[in-house]
Amino acid sequence: MTPPRADAEGAGVVEGSDGVAVELRGITKRFPGTLANDAVDLTVRRGEIHALMGENGAGKSTLMSVLYGMERADAGSVIIDGREVAFASPSDAMAAGLGMVHQSFKLFDSLSVAENVVYAAEPRRFGLVDLAAARRRVRELAEEHGLSVDPDARVGDLPVGLRQRVEILKLLHRGARTLILDEPTAVLTPAEADALFAVLKSLAAEGRTVILVTHKLREVLEGSDRVTVLRDGRVVARLVTAETSADQIAAAITGRAVELDRIHAPGTAGEPVLEVAGLSTDAVRDVHLSVRAGEIVGIAGVAGNGQSELVQALAGLRATTAGRVTLRGGDITHASATERRAKGLAYVPEDRHAVGTAPAASVADNLAMGHHRTSLSSRGLLPPAAVRAHAKRLVERFGIKTSSPEVPASALSGGNLQKLLIGRELAHDAPVLLVEQPTRGVDIGAIQTIHDQLIAYRDAGHAVLLVSAELSEIRGLADRVLVMYEGRVAASYTKDEADERTLGLAMAGGDTRTQVKAAD
Amino acid sequence: MFFDSDLLMSALRALTPILLAALGGALCERAGVFNIGLEGMMLMGCFTAVATSWFTGSPWLGVLAAALAAAGYSLILAVGAVTLRGDAVVLGIAMNLLAVGLTSFLLRTVFGVQGTFDDPALAGLPLIGGFTPLAYLAWVAVGVAALLLSRHVWGLRLRGVGEAPDAAATLGVSPAKYKYGAILVSGVLCGLAGAQLALGNVTLFSENMTAGRGWIAVVAVMLGRALPLGVLLAALLFGLAEAAGFRLQGLGLPQQATDAAPYVVTLGALFLTTARRRRTRPRPSGAAS
Repeated sequence: MTPPRADAEGAGVVEGSDGVAVELRGITKRFPGTLANDAVDLTVRRGEIHALMGENGAGKSTLMSVLYGMERADAGSVIIDGREVAFASPSDAMAAGLGMVHQSFKLFDSLSVAENVVYAAEPRRFGLVDLAAARRRVRELAEEHGLSVDPDARVGDLPVGLRQRVEILKLLHRGARTLILDEPTAVLTPAEADALFAVLKSLAAEGRTVILVTHKLREVLEGSDRVTVLRDGRVVARLVTAETSADQIAAAITGRAVELDRIHAPGTAGEPVLEVAGLSTDAVRDVHLSVRAGEIVGIAGVAGNGQSELVQALAGLRATTAGRVTLRGGDITHASATERRAKGLAYVPEDRHAVGTAPAASVADNLAMGHHRTSLSSRGLLPPAAVRAHAKRLVERFGIKTSSPEVPASALSGGNLQKLLIGRELAHDAPVLLVEQPTRGVDIGAIQTIHDQLIAYRDAGHAVLLVSAELSEIRGLADRVLVMYEGRVAASYTKDEADERTLGLAMAGGDTRTQVKAAD
Repeated sequence: MFFDSDLLMSALRALTPILLAALGGALCERAGVFNIGLEGMMLMGCFTAVATSWFTGSPWLGVLAAALAAAGYSLILAVGAVTLRGDAVVLGIAMNLLAVGLTSFLLRTVFGVQGTFDDPALAGLPLIGGFTPLAYLAWVAVGVAALLLSRHVWGLRLRGVGEAPDAAATLGVSPAKYKYGAILVSGVLCGLAGAQLALGNVTLFSENMTAGRGWIAVVAVMLGRALPLGVLLAALLFGLAEAAGFRLQGLGLPQQATDAAPYVVTLGALFLTTARRRRTRPRPSGAAS
């Protein structure tokens, strides 16, 4: 580890221009129709991990775009290391020691790790890229910061967690002293997220500064030094992490008291509606489960243990190699996705951009999808008035924030797109709902809304199969919890038994006490 | 014997224009521009080379003028596809159609003839060891392009621009600049290809004399996966097909059938590449898990 720079001290430096890495003063940014940032002040001290929080649309992204030279503020100033700057582009910001890891990575999949890291800042020999030096550089940086990754691996072959390391290495190679990370853990597994925070903490300890844009309260509480909360374009709270609580931050974010990690009361289960006996696919082995009407069954597990494949098989999107699936008594083992839907299955897929919605189509059209076969169809035609009315109804009922139902779905924020997707599927009123990662990358206010909707759906007598990587979500919603490990259902718990420790142990493959064979 | 050194020599001669154009196409491909205007740019090169050589008496000035004219012509694609964000395929087709009409029109106005301009006084390129200097240049260009793409700073940046322009832009590399560069270089190479065709392979200009060689170059880019060495192999295949076509004529097959040889090979190659691509290139895994 490099010794801290002389002027770099940890958090606790007195407020002032000394020890301040980044200062934004009175940033105002107006877009047609909205005031995205309204005189925002943000002070980030050198050597701290500073969390910037707020709901979707609160102005975090705009503020970071202004800081990083992607947008020009209408008013206000940016001060880096005590000097006022005016960035015309991200390159200027990088030259001033800033670096940003975007939520969607900016990497070249077909190039090697080393090539990605040195791109546009290459070590050269006679005008040629000195690949040996590039590899060496990657190894040095990796060792120094605990970001080990093979410099020769093709980036496209790497898992998400390692790609993120490449992004960070890229910034470090360019000498970034302040790192901005936008929703860095949205796509990471819990273990990858822990590894990331270990790296961030060591970077902060060497005197670098980290600005973390995130929705996740737990990460902020565990990993940050201070928090700035934005709401409707204004700063509503500046908190020292050690002196605050999750409730306090959540209240600042939403503007109302929020009950976090609420454990909902169990439902009253009726007859089994979805029954799975000995189901196997390429990644799922001999799974038995049943979901009853009026019940939410949660599936926990570390990503990649067959949960996604199981749900895809149930939705009719993945071939079943063995076993039997019945829906309300009817065999659907080999039914197509369309037939399953017709028999009473609705499905909220994990990937809302690629699978769940058509981003280029309008909000109204996206809401109509699936319903085009049932309620909206009139002699094979889709009356535009019916599509519009349907969209209007769902937008209101599920609180989807959109300027008009005619805008493309890609214009919606992640949380709103998720509300659209869940709303559309709930509106089918299907007896069985499959839901994957319902609140991934969604802000706190929206999480609560979505959870309430799922509980209401259950209470209306529907069966819900919930797959989530968030243990708190599983514990809060599920009446029974199954843990998947290496393609099998490794354990089954009742709501009372399913505490975090027990689930965590089973997810790691540690507890196969209750080998589930038949529906219980 | 059907396969002998003569066949190889004639294959190598037939290969040069395709190779030059395909190298240009490969650069564009790597920069993320699908350039199917190679045919049109090549044809502009043919006419300019012949006209300049005729009026100045120097084939070398003809070569130079052809390179400049085709590069100028390639600006249509650069401005249209990069600056104005138009569709490169539509632009390329338009350039190809325009080139046929424009060169036929110029043939009539400048030389006062229709169909073909052919004069013993028209100076062609000298031959060294049976090949024009441009043929040797094409071979050198393969090596230069391979080194540039794989090892040079420009090559790395160009590949990055082609794959993820956003990512390149965030690192301060201008995608537009690299795309313009690739398109202009492809213009120069197509101009040279045209000069080789009109002052090397033959010494004349006739309407639409490129006869699909630019399109074959486009296929060579795909077949060679936009790698300079791959493109060389693909161009060699087409050169052999063309030479074999000539040879088959000698065996009494009708000319119309033998002339089709390179195009038949092209079709076969297209089927092969698309089939292979479908097998080996599944959807790239996205960032979201």
